[in-house]
Amino acid sequence: MAFLEIDHVTKYFPSPSGSGQVCIFKDATIKIEKGEFVTTIGHSGCGKSTLLNIIAGLETMTEGGIILNGREVTGPGLDRMVVFQNFSLMPWMTVFENIRLAVRAAYPDWDREKIAAHVHKYIALVGLKGAEDKRPTALSGGMKQRVGLARAFSIEPKVLLLDEPFAQIDALTRGVIQEELVQMWNATRNTVFMVTHDVDEAILLSDRIMLMTNGPSARIAEIVDVTIPRPRSRDTIIEHPHYYKIRNHIIHFLVRHASHGETDAGSGAKQAEGSAPLVVKF
Amino acid sequence: MAAWQGYARTRKDAWLISGTLLVLFLVSWHLFTLRGAFDPKGLTDEQLQLMEFNGDIVRTAEGGYAWNPEKEKVKGVPGPLAVLDKIYIELGEAFVKKGTNDHGIAYLVLYTVTRFGAGFLAASVVAIMLGVLLGLNKVLFQAVNPYIQILKPISPLAWMPLLLYTVKDPKWTAVLVVFMAALWPTLATTAFGVNSLRKDYLHVAAILQLSWFKRLFKVILPGAAPTIVNGLRISFGSALVAVVPAEMLLGELGVGYLSWIEWNNLDIAGVIFAILVVGVVGVVLDSGFNKLAGLVTYQE
Repeated sequence: MAFLEIDHVTKYFPSPSGSGQVCIFKDATIKIEKGEFVTTIGHSGCGKSTLLNIIAGLETMTEGGIILNGREVTGPGLDRMVVFQNFSLMPWMTVFENIRLAVRAAYPDWDREKIAAHVHKYIALVGLKGAEDKRPTALSGGMKQRVGLARAFSIEPKVLLLDEPFAQIDALTRGVIQEELVQMWNATRNTVFMVTHDVDEAILLSDRIMLMTNGPSARIAEIVDVTIPRPRSRDTIIEHPHYYKIRNHIIHFLVRHASHGETDAGSGAKQAEGSAPLVVKF
Repeated sequence: MAAWQGYARTRKDAWLISGTLLVLFLVSWHLFTLRGAFDPKGLTDEQLQLMEFNGDIVRTAEGGYAWNPEKEKVKGVPGPLAVLDKIYIELGEAFVKKGTNDHGIAYLVLYTVTRFGAGFLAASVVAIMLGVLLGLNKVLFQAVNPYIQILKPISPLAWMPLLLYTVKDPKWTAVLVVFMAALWPTLATTAFGVNSLRKDYLHVAAILQLSWFKRLFKVILPGAAPTIVNGLRISFGSALVAVVPAEMLLGELGVGYLSWIEWNNLDIAGVIFAILVVGVVGVVLDSGFNKLAGLVTYQE
């Protein structure tokens, strides 16, 4: 049994007009091994953030199940920590207090000194030493997300859920912080489920990339194996022969699915309704 | 337009204009209440004798008549000098208790502030607790809201007869009137503030599996605090407005009661003095609120 199994998860929302339901996505299925980094890419509205929220326990699924380490997932928990797109730091707390809130919740038996040391360790790890007593409003977007990452890593969750973590960070900082994430993850090797729009980011960070079709009734159409060896860095990865093969394939997929209701016709990657995602390996 | 906006720029300008307004006001007040020397023209001897008997006028050394300086307060609105005299006298006797109804101004302020404080504190606690519960549960809020909307605009003084009849003790009735005044604004704003708290914060609290206690005191209350403090401020003003007439109507010793007593004595300078005291008490307590608001605000 895989570490994290997402089994035929389907989500319906009540239709805004009040009558009936709208299917956001159907039969999302993937088996994720321990220590794997999996990313989902798709257009807006395909439900990838909803899927992430369902794994996090912040939303309920209409059908299907999620099993983590042999146990079914029923609600939110410390074993699945989220890094939010808009940082979600408590603005009335300092950087130190924000991270401490999480550490205290995860390790209720620890004493004050141990907790403080742990918090300081992670603040240093994300390079924010000196900013412990600052409030989030005094931080840039990049710094805020580093706090978000520190908060998530510090509780050593079983699964790390990254919901478009760098979408609200400027392009230049984004590259830097992506590499920082690679290094942090290399050290801890958490199982990660990420959602993003950024193809390059996905290739840099992931072991596998799930491609979702458009909503309504979106599906996981393909799972692309990122066959580029680790450790990876932004400047060496682009030299690898597979990089642009993978990148182009994904871009073709996204362009093909650019408008709603688009089918998989016209690329050779034909797939019957309801069948398993196509595995693509370069 | 631009000329007007650029007219007064600095803090110093503000002080200057403030001071000038005050001086202008005091001078006009003085001139308005000034009376000429007493003119016996047109009054008969009998009328003059009556006025002297009543003490309105006195005989001067030269044999003429003049306004009796002791009875200045009965004739017309007192000028700023008369009020200043009154302030001086009252402050001198601030801590004296001359009779059951004649306590020094310091005591009166104490009674009013205690009464006000008790009602306001009780109302704030109840309103915040209820407001949090309603803010967290939309359906519950929708169920209770119609009743809040009906009760909110009712003047707190309108509750007084009913409260007095039920509670029977005027002391407690006064406190309850303040309670009824302070309850609604805080309740409404707390429910609103908690309801409009960003869901992300609650999500983080859910993921971290925080106990309801921690969730309330570490996330919900600090998050809604700026809105709650605003509500408290409005409640505070509403309660202060209610305590004065409540005291007047119930005959409870306090600053409000002072204005009523001075009015009964036709001591207009005393009435003005009482108004000033209420104003000063309000300013002091409100600046306390400013400090509180400064402590709890945060920027997103």
